[in-house]
Amino acid sequence: MAMKILAVDDSASMRQMVSFTLKGAGYDVEEAADGKQALDKAKGNKFNLVISDVNMPVMDGISFIKELRTLQDYKFTPILMLTTESTDGKKQEGKAAGATGWIIKPFNPDQLLATIKKVLG
Amino acid sequence: MEQFHQTFFEESFEGLDAMESNLLELQSGNSDPEVINTIFRAAHSIKGGSATFGFNEVAKFTHVLETLLNEMREGQRAATPQAVNLLLESVDVLREMLTAVRGKQPIDTAQANATQQQLEILLDSAAAPVTSSSTLKASTSAAGWQIRFRPKPHLFMSGNDPLRILRELGQLGEMHIDVDYSALPGFNNFDTETSYLGWLLLLTTPRSKEEITEVFAWVEEDADLTIEPLAAQPLETVARQGGDRRVSDERRAAGVESTSIRVDISKVDMLINMVGELVINQNILQQIGEHFETNKLDLLQRALGDLARNTRELQESVMRIRMLPINVAFNRFPRLVHDVSQKLSKKIELKMSGEGTELDKTVLEKIVDPLVHLVRNSMDHGIETPEIRRTLGKPETGTLLLSACHKGGNIVIEISDDGAGLNKAKIVKKAVERGLIKATDHLSDDQIHELIFLPGFSTVEQVSDLSGRGVGMDVVRKNISSLGGSVEIRSESGKGSRFTIRLPLTLAIVDGQSAAVGNEFYIVPLVSIIVSTQVKSGQVSLVAGRGEVFHFRDEYLPVLRLHELFGAKPRDRDIHAGLLVIVEGDGKRAGLFVDELLGQQQVVIKSLETNYKRVEGVSGATILGDGAVALILDIPGLIRIAHQRQVA
Repeated sequence: MAMKILAVDDSASMRQMVSFTLKGAGYDVEEAADGKQALDKAKGNKFNLVISDVNMPVMDGISFIKELRTLQDYKFTPILMLTTESTDGKKQEGKAAGATGWIIKPFNPDQLLATIKKVLG
Repeated sequence: MEQFHQTFFEESFEGLDAMESNLLELQSGNSDPEVINTIFRAAHSIKGGSATFGFNEVAKFTHVLETLLNEMREGQRAATPQAVNLLLESVDVLREMLTAVRGKQPIDTAQANATQQQLEILLDSAAAPVTSSSTLKASTSAAGWQIRFRPKPHLFMSGNDPLRILRELGQLGEMHIDVDYSALPGFNNFDTETSYLGWLLLLTTPRSKEEITEVFAWVEEDADLTIEPLAAQPLETVARQGGDRRVSDERRAAGVESTSIRVDISKVDMLINMVGELVINQNILQQIGEHFETNKLDLLQRALGDLARNTRELQESVMRIRMLPINVAFNRFPRLVHDVSQKLSKKIELKMSGEGTELDKTVLEKIVDPLVHLVRNSMDHGIETPEIRRTLGKPETGTLLLSACHKGGNIVIEISDDGAGLNKAKIVKKAVERGLIKATDHLSDDQIHELIFLPGFSTVEQVSDLSGRGVGMDVVRKNISSLGGSVEIRSESGKGSRFTIRLPLTLAIVDGQSAAVGNEFYIVPLVSIIVSTQVKSGQVSLVAGRGEVFHFRDEYLPVLRLHELFGAKPRDRDIHAGLLVIVEGDGKRAGLFVDELLGQQQVVIKSLETNYKRVEGVSGATILGDGAVALILDIPGLIRIAHQRQVA
């Protein structure tokens, strides 16, 4: 069974890039454009890893992570947030919300895969 | 990576549009936090994307922009008009940068740097410190590291796993592990969701302390951690992993405009649904055809009827894919009005309605210039300065209304203002000077207004920076006519003017009435036909200097014999033997004399210009069901010909 990953970002190009890279590495990828969409998808599925942007419309990444963590199915699921260095405070906020870790933008496909391999083993 | 560039550019340009419109909202005093949030998010996405895709100049510029926006978002900085103006300017700079990058052209760094500097000055002006993340930390090295790592009990709750960290450390060098399980409770008290273990790790590695710390980055707060050198010894600087910079093969292609189109999924679904029905229909027809007997005629006719319906629906669905909301053209106007009213020191409020009205992408792209011209005209010549308006008892702020709606098979766009209206005396004077009319001519108000559409007419005494760059209203009308549309004007002195543009929904297909002249067929666009009639004696008279005229509803319309114009041989030259099709275009009417009318049908327009050459009075050609070619009449063009003859 391929590992299932949920990629959440309001930017379509970012989403495509993440999704394309991960699919190329053999993962199953679902996409969502905001926290609300992501939460709905997460409820209907069991993902092994969730990657989420922080700044998004409708429901931002922090609220999304907070909500996701409360779900029994996602109690221990690794959740990575996509963040930039300029938003350092967001890392702590994300951690407090229940994020496992973060990937700092900009990143290239290799960096993304390396990080994900670390988490999924 | 190149394959994502297209999407990146598309969404970046959309982001810039969103930034622009929201900045204008901000300027007009909208304090909804979502406004600044949207602006921030757009900048943030552009920054993230451009850095990811290696457009470093863009990323660098957007970073400064984003920092500023973040301060506004966090309420640390007020969105002063100056700041917003600078942000608007930055949007322009970004748009140019991205256009250059997309076209693989060099970026105009001078402009970008100048604007960036201004942004930085603004940033520095308040106490808000800008953190620079590029300061290098001194790195210490050792033969290896002794690491004490004890996660806090709640570590698992964040989805982290100490095993993962140990595994990663193990890859950095040789590692000796001691487990401290002293905190493990008795079996009865054991909680599977709590972390009890601690580790003492002896890692032999050339890696720096920062690199080791990096491994623990996600759990720093959730663990007790000490990292001490095993046996200190100076080490040559460790070569840092240079940022994996991919040299993309820079294909030096000329700037390519986006030819892609974003389509609502529901439209595609509808299309697929339609094709499904078509396939079923084809199966039915095939079955009927395989063993055909006359008693199946009913079935055949029904299936053919379905086929006709399916084809028409399919055609409509396909056309709908090319349809875009007119907002794509309208969304530049808030900025234009903002900029121009500042420049003219006028107060102008722009109101828009019907932004969701859809029309063909090609029509949309071509209507932008005429619209810009008309809007500028209204601002420049129509709406008065606040002082004048006050003395006239009007509100200081003028209103410019931009609206779009569907009417019949047309889209109607209106641009109206509550300004001064057209100056009739000035127009007449100018027209006489230019020899367009005689001083003795008595013209109705509408006829006077029509004068501004004549080639070479311009009442502007001083060519301003805005309108009147030599491109007159005649070009506006010509452009609209070339789209198969028309433009009319209503104006009342002191109250304002209204321009009404009528456009076909699409350029590709027209509902036509086919008309026969001798052996030739012509298509008259249905929308321009008012009525078709048989001429009774006495209705057409010959007027000296005006040719044949037809008395129609209190008007005398010029009669245009198509056979004369196109050199065809008519069945009968007697005006009473054929039919007169009364058509309207650009607000004028004329009668077209044809032999007879045939059926109505939708025809696909083929350009005559690309396949042959431009012919006056003809907008295109089409191929009829029997393979014959029919010319599609350019009604506004024909009416012009008819009226020119009258004047001549």
